[in-house]
Amino acid sequence: MKKQTKFGVGISVIVIALGFLAWLGYGESKTYYHTIAELQTLTGSARSQRMRVGGTVAAGSIHRLSGRVDFVLEGEGKALPVTYIGSDPLPDTFVDKSQALVEGRPASDGRFVAEHVQAKCASKYEAAPAGGAASGSSPQSSM
Amino acid sequence: MDVFGSFALVLALVCAVYAFVGGIAAIVTRHPLLVKSTRQAGIATCCLVFLATLSLEYLFFSDNFSNAYVVSHSNRDLSTFFKIAALWSGQEGSLLFWSFLLSIYVFSVLIAYRNKNGELMPYVGVVMAGVQIFFLTLNNFVESPFKALAAPGAGGVLSYVARADGNGLNPLLQYPEMVIHPPNLYSGYTGFTIPFAFALGALLARYPGEKWIHLTRRWTMIAWMFQSVGILLGAHWAYAVLGWGGYWGWDPVENASLLPWLTGTAFLHSVMMQEKRGMMKVWNVWLVFATFLMCILGTFLTRSGVVSSVHAFAQSNLGNWFVGFIAIVLLVCLGAYLKNRDYLKSENQLDSIVSRESSFLFNNLLFLVACVAILSGTLFPVFSEWFTGDRISVGAPFFNKVNIPIGLLILFLTGVGPLLAWRNTSTESLKRNFGLPLAIGIAAGAIAFVLGFRELYSLACLVLCVFVAATIVLEFYRGAKVIRARSGASFAACAIDLTMRNTRRYGGYIVHMGMVFVFIGLAGAAFNRDIQQDMRIGQTMQIGPYTLLLQGFDAKPEKNYTAQRMLVEVLRDNKPLMMLYPEKRRFQANEQNGTMVAIYSTLKEDLYVVYAGENPETQMPVIHAFLNPLVKWIWFGGVFVVFGTLVALLPNRRAVLVLAGAQQPLTQHLQPGLTPSVTLREGHD
Repeated sequence: MKKQTKFGVGISVIVIALGFLAWLGYGESKTYYHTIAELQTLTGSARSQRMRVGGTVAAGSIHRLSGRVDFVLEGEGKALPVTYIGSDPLPDTFVDKSQALVEGRPASDGRFVAEHVQAKCASKYEAAPAGGAASGSSPQSSM
Repeated sequence: MDVFGSFALVLALVCAVYAFVGGIAAIVTRHPLLVKSTRQAGIATCCLVFLATLSLEYLFFSDNFSNAYVVSHSNRDLSTFFKIAALWSGQEGSLLFWSFLLSIYVFSVLIAYRNKNGELMPYVGVVMAGVQIFFLTLNNFVESPFKALAAPGAGGVLSYVARADGNGLNPLLQYPEMVIHPPNLYSGYTGFTIPFAFALGALLARYPGEKWIHLTRRWTMIAWMFQSVGILLGAHWAYAVLGWGGYWGWDPVENASLLPWLTGTAFLHSVMMQEKRGMMKVWNVWLVFATFLMCILGTFLTRSGVVSSVHAFAQSNLGNWFVGFIAIVLLVCLGAYLKNRDYLKSENQLDSIVSRESSFLFNNLLFLVACVAILSGTLFPVFSEWFTGDRISVGAPFFNKVNIPIGLLILFLTGVGPLLAWRNTSTESLKRNFGLPLAIGIAAGAIAFVLGFRELYSLACLVLCVFVAATIVLEFYRGAKVIRARSGASFAACAIDLTMRNTRRYGGYIVHMGMVFVFIGLAGAAFNRDIQQDMRIGQTMQIGPYTLLLQGFDAKPEKNYTAQRMLVEVLRDNKPLMMLYPEKRRFQANEQNGTMVAIYSTLKEDLYVVYAGENPETQMPVIHAFLNPLVKWIWFGGVFVVFGTLVALLPNRRAVLVLAGAQQPLTQHLQPGLTPSVTLREGHD
């Protein structure tokens, strides 16, 4: 076999194998992003996908119950009731009027069931300064 | 002072424009006075940026609450330490800080090479000035940190107003790591501007040979070291502050810091191909270009909010500026390459698949694939919206699935690559170099398997770590043995002597060893455990070998916040071991909360205890405890990486011709650099 062919084969094997893994990981973790208004217009299979929805936590709407936390997200004049059922504690920044990003699936009764909640305080600061700092308050699996 | 700062910034921009335009004129006319004046304009730009930064810092220290930026990021009770850090805690200040660090690099380059490389420096100066112009434009016109608070007074005339106190610094940032992490990371981001400027300058000038690589090696390594430390400090901050038990979550901003590190690491390796064999010239030039673009892209991702992240929720119009700048840089690079690509012809071809060259090739391929995978995963929401209209993001499983195998393959090459011969390696030498390490690695793997270490990737990682560590130790041992045979000194002294004779090679090994430690730490993540429980005083919980006993809680008022502290006693085998104090902090200035994790860290594992708040139903405190094996190795590895890089930055001590019969090591009595070596290999390997 010619040298160039050898290298070509070696490189292709690596790239194709990694591409396959990437495709697997993509299928496992892809998450759609929708606004609250969009969510209400979704129909059929689009409603059962894993998705992220962003909004502002309505003042006074946070109710901590056993094993879950209920609150209402507001955005574009619409409201979305959310139930958080994850095991990780909610981030410190999750308070009334904070911006929150919830990840999960809509339930059939119109509530949104969230497994992850990220939140950022509504005050004026623009988030952490630099690059490498971490994934904020989102409890995710690490490497 | 705010007026002073604004003026300094405007003048800096003017000087930078002069350095840029005048620099181009100097290149065309080759007028010596013009060359000199543009260089001095470059130096003046840097000094003015220093002044502007100092004046913003002065505003913080003088509690000047008529400045909008100071109001948003500081308050009177903030400690001195954090008033320094407040400079880079927001958008405007971060961008000024970028310019500041860039100016330190540019200033050093202009001073260090003021009488050298006369052909090349004007080009380099122009490129550096171009980058400065971009950031100074942002500092002046888009995100000025010197905006004063004003309110319409009588008759609608705006007048200055001052607040009594500021809003305070974001509690997430009030940690020591947060004071040193951004400067490190930013020093990395900005530092890659220098190799970029030299590479582009050399290409434009058709500067002969590999000189630009020799000139920039140290600059690249310094930038790389800062980038590495910055990434690790960021991970440590996430671990110690966010309280979710991990250190890396594939957040867009974390990814952004990793991208230039990956291309930069690939570059540091592949330049050796060019120095030794005159190969991969096009590749190297594009790696530097890519690294610089990744730095700009990283800053863009962090600052613009194009990909939603905890760091960058807010949308900002900054994005268009960055996209424009990236497009211009890309066009310039492409233009320079197309015009002068004949100057980058390779002098050699690959000879064999089992050779140093091919190990570098695969190393580069893997770094690049990792970079492309992380980049596409990070930007996936943006691209999917363009193409399909749906904003789709991918999460940790995507990144882990691709990057763990890549990491393991790179780890394997770390052990193999440095010991392969250039051109072609014989089976004989493969056996000699790798037989023993491979045996040790497999033996270690077998022992670990028996002890219950059975996660596939973690086990593979452990075997490879031991294998790589063994190859490195063996290299030091063999080299030291040769010296010892001649000098008779101790092994340790010989190993140090060996390192000092070829700092680049042996410093590199030390860096590799550091990476081995980091990988050991990463492998531990597969065995993380956690437990969460409501605790009454006097109640206990069990995690691994530890028993946690809640003794009580107290409130500790501090200057800037009030801490709610849990007093947790840790017992091991029913013997008291220590006290841990996980706490929640309530910051008065902005009514925000912060978590303070308590960690008991050993080489074997971290006991990581979080006070997760009060259960609203039972009114009992909730304690969340994690047992994270081997995490400490990551930070320990980071220290090694820095140490190795510093060693590699040292100049080689020249080896000394040892005459027969001479017993004492002559090196100690001679001025370094006096006698050339004939007995030992010199220089870069």
